[in-house]
Formats: sequence, C-alpha cells, structure tokens
Amino acid sequence: MLRRALQPGLSRGVLGRGLGTHRGRSTLGKVEGSGGYRGSWVAPVSSYVTFRTRDPTHDGKTVGRLGEGDQNGKVSEIKKKIQSVLPRGAWNPLRDTSYLPPEHSDVVIVGGGVIGLSVAYWLKRLEKPQGAIRVLVVERDHTYSQASTALSVGGIRQQFSVPENIQLSLFSVEFLRNINEYLAVVDDPPLDIQFNPSGYLLLASEKGAAVMESNVKVQRQEGAKVCLMSPEQLRNKFPWINTEGVALASYGMEHEGWFDPWCLLQGLRRKVQSMGVLFCHGEVTRFVSSSSHTETTSGEEVTLRRIHEVHAQEEMYLSRCPVCGPGPPSPPPLVPAGEDGPQPGVPACGMCPRDQCGRGLVWPDRRAGWCREGAPWHPAGHPAPCGAEEKGPGLETPFVIDASGAYFRREGLGNNYLGGCSPTEEEEPDPGNLEVDHDFFQDKVWPPLAQRVPAFETLKVRSAWAGYYDYNTFDQNGVVGPHPLVVNMYFATGFSGHGLQQAPAVGRAVAEMVLDGHFRTINLSPFLFNRFYLGEKVQEHNII
Amino acid sequence: MAAPRAPLHLVTPVWNRGTRGTRGLSRAVAPEGSQKKGRSLLQFLADRFYDVQALREYLLRKQVLKVHQKNRPFTYIRERFGPHAAGAYFILKQGGAVKFQGKEWIRSDARGHFSLDFLKFQAVPVEAVDASGCAINYQGLDSVLALKELQSLWLQRCPHVDDWCLGRLHPLANSLQELSLAGCPRISERGLASLHHLQNLRRLDISDLPAVSNPGLTRILVEEMLPSCQVLGADWAQGLPSGPEEQSRDTASPLPA
Repeated sequence: MLRRALQPGLSRGVLGRGLGTHRGRSTLGKVEGSGGYRGSWVAPVSSYVTFRTRDPTHDGKTVGRLGEGDQNGKVSEIKKKIQSVLPRGAWNPLRDTSYLPPEHSDVVIVGGGVIGLSVAYWLKRLEKPQGAIRVLVVERDHTYSQASTALSVGGIRQQFSVPENIQLSLFSVEFLRNINEYLAVVDDPPLDIQFNPSGYLLLASEKGAAVMESNVKVQRQEGAKVCLMSPEQLRNKFPWINTEGVALASYGMEHEGWFDPWCLLQGLRRKVQSMGVLFCHGEVTRFVSSSSHTETTSGEEVTLRRIHEVHAQEEMYLSRCPVCGPGPPSPPPLVPAGEDGPQPGVPACGMCPRDQCGRGLVWPDRRAGWCREGAPWHPAGHPAPCGAEEKGPGLETPFVIDASGAYFRREGLGNNYLGGCSPTEEEEPDPGNLEVDHDFFQDKVWPPLAQRVPAFETLKVRSAWAGYYDYNTFDQNGVVGPHPLVVNMYFATGFSGHGLQQAPAVGRAVAEMVLDGHFRTINLSPFLFNRFYLGEKVQEHNII
Repeated sequence: MAAPRAPLHLVTPVWNRGTRGTRGLSRAVAPEGSQKKGRSLLQFLADRFYDVQALREYLLRKQVLKVHQKNRPFTYIRERFGPHAAGAYFILKQGGAVKFQGKEWIRSDARGHFSLDFLKFQAVPVEAVDASGCAINYQGLDSVLALKELQSLWLQRCPHVDDWCLGRLHPLANSLQELSLAGCPRISERGLASLHHLQNLRRLDISDLPAVSNPGLTRILVEEMLPSCQVLGADWAQGLPSGPEEQSRDTASPLPA
C-alpha cells in the first residue's frame, strides 16, 4: 500500500527534474504535493517536500524529506548539517579557502575574453531578482597574451550578408556608443575606446559585383548606412586609390570603423567584477556529467547528458581538482560527451582547439597583421626632398578591404597603416605558435595592396604580430545556443574573425537563452548548433 | 536606425535598485559598543555603504536621464509644422539660436522663453543654427539633421558632442558651409576624420579641442582632407620641436585662431 502511494510521487519527481533540466537552470527548491485522490488512510504521506540543492553530487536524489511530524524534520536538518561538514560540502572549518573560487556556482563560463565577459555582464544585468545567480568565469591567462580579443585589429562593420550578423553588429555599435552608460562603475574614470568612425570600404571585382549589390540591399533593409560607389566616384573621393579591376565598391557611412579592443575588455572586466561575477584562474580540463536515455518521437534512443562538475586546473601547483598533474601548456581537447570520449555520429562540438579526429568544426586560425609606415607625407605644392613620391592615404582613409582579401587601415596620425590578409585554408599555418611569417607579407599581403594604393610601393614594415581566428569551417558564422545533447551547456563560439564586433549582442543573446530559454531581442536561431546536424549552411560571404 | 534603439527600452534599468540584502550583514558586523549617541556622520555612512552606493548610482543615472530628456524628439511639432519648425523649436528649447532664411536670428532669453512666431513660417528653411553651449547629443542631432538646407552650424563648447556625432553629419553635406566645433571637450582627431564627407564646407573651426592629441598636425591633415575649406585651428607650429628639418609651409598660411 505504501509503495503504491510513493510511486506516483517518485515518478513526478523524475518528470520535474526533466523539466528543470531542459530549461537549463538549477532549481533551488521545488515543492510538490501528492494528489488528494488516495484518501485519508494515507494521511502520513499525503504531502511531502523534495529539496534539491545546488549540490551537484546529489542531483536527482531527494536530499531531505519532510513529512508530517516534527521528528522527520529534525532528522533531515541533521542530515543536511552532516553533509555540509563532509569534504564536498560548503563549510570547511579547518582552513580558510575564501580566496579560492567557489565550489558551486550557477553558471560557469569557460573563457574570459570579450565574449565570455559579455555573457557574464548580460547575465548579471538581466537576472531577476538581482543577485539571484552566481556566475564564475574561468580564464587560463589573465594577461590575455594570446587571446584573440587583445590581438584583434578592432574593426566593426555592418557589411555582412546574413541579416542576423548585421543586427548583431548594429546593437554592438549602439553598445559601444553608450559604453559609459552600460559599463559605468562609481568612482572609476569613464572609458575611452578611441572609436574611429571612418567606415569600411569593400572593393569588388566584376564577378563579385552582383553579390555585393544584393548584400547592400540586405544591409540597407536592416538599417545599415551603406552606399554603393562606382570606380569614378571612388577616384573622386579617394584620389590615392587605383581602381583598376574594381567594378563596384560599398562604403559604410555610419556606425563603422575601428576601436581599441583592450579598452573594451578591461571595461567589461571591471564592470562584471563590480557586479559580483567571480573569476577563476585556470584551464578547464574536464567535465563530469551524468546521462539519461530517452526516446525521440521516431523511436530512436538518444542519450542526454547533464554536466555536474567542471574541473579546472590552475597553473600554480595548487590544483584543486587533481584530474591531471601539471601538464604542458597546450590545452587538451575538450568534448562535452561525458567521460567516454566522442561518440560516433556526433561532430566535434567546436571547442576543440586542435582537430579532434582530423576534422574539427571550429578551430583557431592564425591571422597576422602588419604595421607599416607609409610614404613620407608632404603638404600639397611642396617638392619632396628625395624623389617624387605619391601622397599616401590621408586622414579620411576608411578600412579598405580589397577584392583579393587583403585589407589595411590608417593607424594614428603619423602616416602609419595596419594591414594584413587571411591565409586560405590550404596555406594555413600551424596554430600551435604565433610566429609571424614575413615571407607571407612579401608574397601575399604587399602585392595586392601596392597595386591598389600606388603610394604603398615605398612601404616599410615596422612591426608585426599574429592572432587567432575562431574559424568555423562549416559556414564561417558563429555557433550560439544550447548543445542539443548536453542539456545544460551553451555555445558562443566560432565567429571567424568578427567575434569582437558582435560580442555585446551575442552576450545578450546567450544570457536571454540561459535565463529565458529563448532569444528575445535578436533571433539567432539560424546560428544554433542544430544546423550542423541538418546540414543547413548559413554562409557568410563577407569574411575577411 | 530603428533596430539599434528598440532593444534599449526592453532592458530593465538596474539603477533604481534599493537596499540590498547585505545591509543586514553590515549591521551584524558593527560591534555593539558603538551605540553611543555621538556617532559621527562618517560612521553612519560607512555602515550603510551599499545604500550610499545605490544613491550615488541613482544620482548619476538621473543626470544622464536629464540629458536624454533634453534631447527628446518633438514628433508632434514635426508632424504638424514640418521638420524645420521642429528643429528650430528643439534648438530654442535647448537655449540656442536659430536663423531662418530671410529672417532675423531668434534667440531664447535668459529665462529660456522664446516667441513661437516661427511656427507660422510655411516651409521656410533654417539657414543657421547656433547651439553653443547646448546639451545636444547624438540623439538630439536627429532634429538638426532634418534641416536639409542648413548652411551654418555652430557647436561651440557643447559638452556632449563627440566623435560619434561628427560621423553623423554627412546628410548635411550638400548644404553645410560653415561648421564650428571650438572648445568641445569630447572631440578628437578620429571624429574629425569623418568630416571629409562635407565637401561644400568653406569654414571649419577646430580650435581649442582638448582631446585632440596633436593639434598642429591634425589641422594640417584636415586642411589636406578638405582642400577648399578654410580651417581655423591651432597654430600649425604648436607642439612641434623647432629644428633644421622643418620646411617652410608658407602656402598653408594659418589664419589667427
């Protein structure tokens, strides 16, 4: 009799867990009452309360159970106290561990670059009530020496072909414009991101002209201020350009330019720290998850996983979670598929820094930039002291992207320029090191630029560096949203070179997905992970 | 342009939060012995740290909202009387002055009052706007950019005009002939680079811009960018070290700033 009374309650408990699971939140407590249909003879168990704490080791099991009568209540309280004193509990009287990151947190963000900090910021900003969730950001290098954010050229544009990218970029521009309202911290100086509103100039040859026209139409529909220019107009506006081979150009008049990404990163960091986000210095090495099997509507068996622990290894010898000893600095591959490695049929999730099985989906590409001195500048009407030199591009130079893929922009006032080119997939260098290949400049970057701007024939290279692109080999667009098989994991990666300019908007989208379960402001459903299964490419054509 | 502004309203402002749960904590921490009557004001404020912080954030937010309120669009006047009248009303409300084509300058007096006669002008375009010292910002420029035949725009000493605003001035390229940005604290050379759209500009005043890093060089580069424009700015020799490598630049003769 008792068993029959208990079973409906237990199954409801399982269902309750499933609901909570799919929403991706850890429930702090849930009260369920059993139905009144059993009649009065089961009065002793007519109502019970299940608690589910944040303690991940006891997920799914009832931790305390209160029935009628005081004695059961006392027993459960004592049980809870004992659990908190045991090693995995929240209370540790023997040593002060307050300087370590917390054992439990509601959201763990892997990676503390501009996207991770943006997600943390928007989670803290959109949470209801304030202070409801605990956010932990795990970053392996707080100096950001190899982070894409710090090594980025810092441009922002709306000239994309996919409407969602344009909307993301428009919101990010609005965020940057009002950055001192969004990221203001009392008593700290205002941020100056040094935005240059000079616009982007994309050049297209004969065969790319039709695509460019249709792209500009889409951009204008979304609200970007872009104008098309013929070669004649180009020559009038920018006399230093050589329009040979250019059929059409699109020029962004407003909301486009470049800024200082380091300032944005530090501003975000300062603000999220003031909002109560916790930081962990370490590298995520492993997830511990549990799995449950369900059936799809067509009867197939599917394994759903839920991550319970994130193991991070700090660089110091203090390793809180001794999963692997102090290892080499190169990150091991991460596939959130539990402890048994990648499953057949599931493509690598996109977090593999190297090819997991010969063919990762998202992997870091090396891109290099060169800072160059242009031709010496002289005011019009004065003879140059040594030879006749052409006038270099002046103050009004936009961020020019040639049809061949090489790009350059003005840097400062001293006639310096910053330029580079992305290598094609065949000539992709080894992502392990960030050494600059100067021959690449001589062979691939300089010739197209010198042909486009004759004044660049007399360039000298001052310095160079290389940085990573989180390149999505499938369709060069970001992956945003939940993992279809791991119920409490979300992606925000793979932006293929425009992560910085979309970071504020992507952070907000991911926060909305985590807190509400769906996108609210910008609908990024084309960027969900499911498109890899379904084979639907959302191809972005305007990738530098 | 509607897309970037709409999401702003959906996000709830965090500035109006009241006391947080940790207020009780600070009270628990304060020792019982400090209950004496002569507790100083500083101790009082220190005990309520988060309240004081919330109050400061609220006051800061109020200041920002005040500027936003000043820059609101006057859509009714625009629909009823046209964009020129709406722009003129906006400028006069901010404390500036407006000149219609063929009429005299209209200014608001010391109290901020002005006559509404200009609403009777039927589609007479606004020729000149003097917004010196006004709290005009990026949003407020909407009203000014609607004045399609504006010839002269003075934005001297405007505290909220920055590089982003300069990037917005390109719709006035056909008509604008005179622009003055003297004394604006937030304008730097990066914003000045976006003035090259204004090819009809004949007079540009960029003197006394504290945020410009190299005034002399910037002025030369701007002169180069706008060849048919007379640029009033810092003296070109300002900030340059004197030495034999300097060339004479007599054709780009500077006018007194």
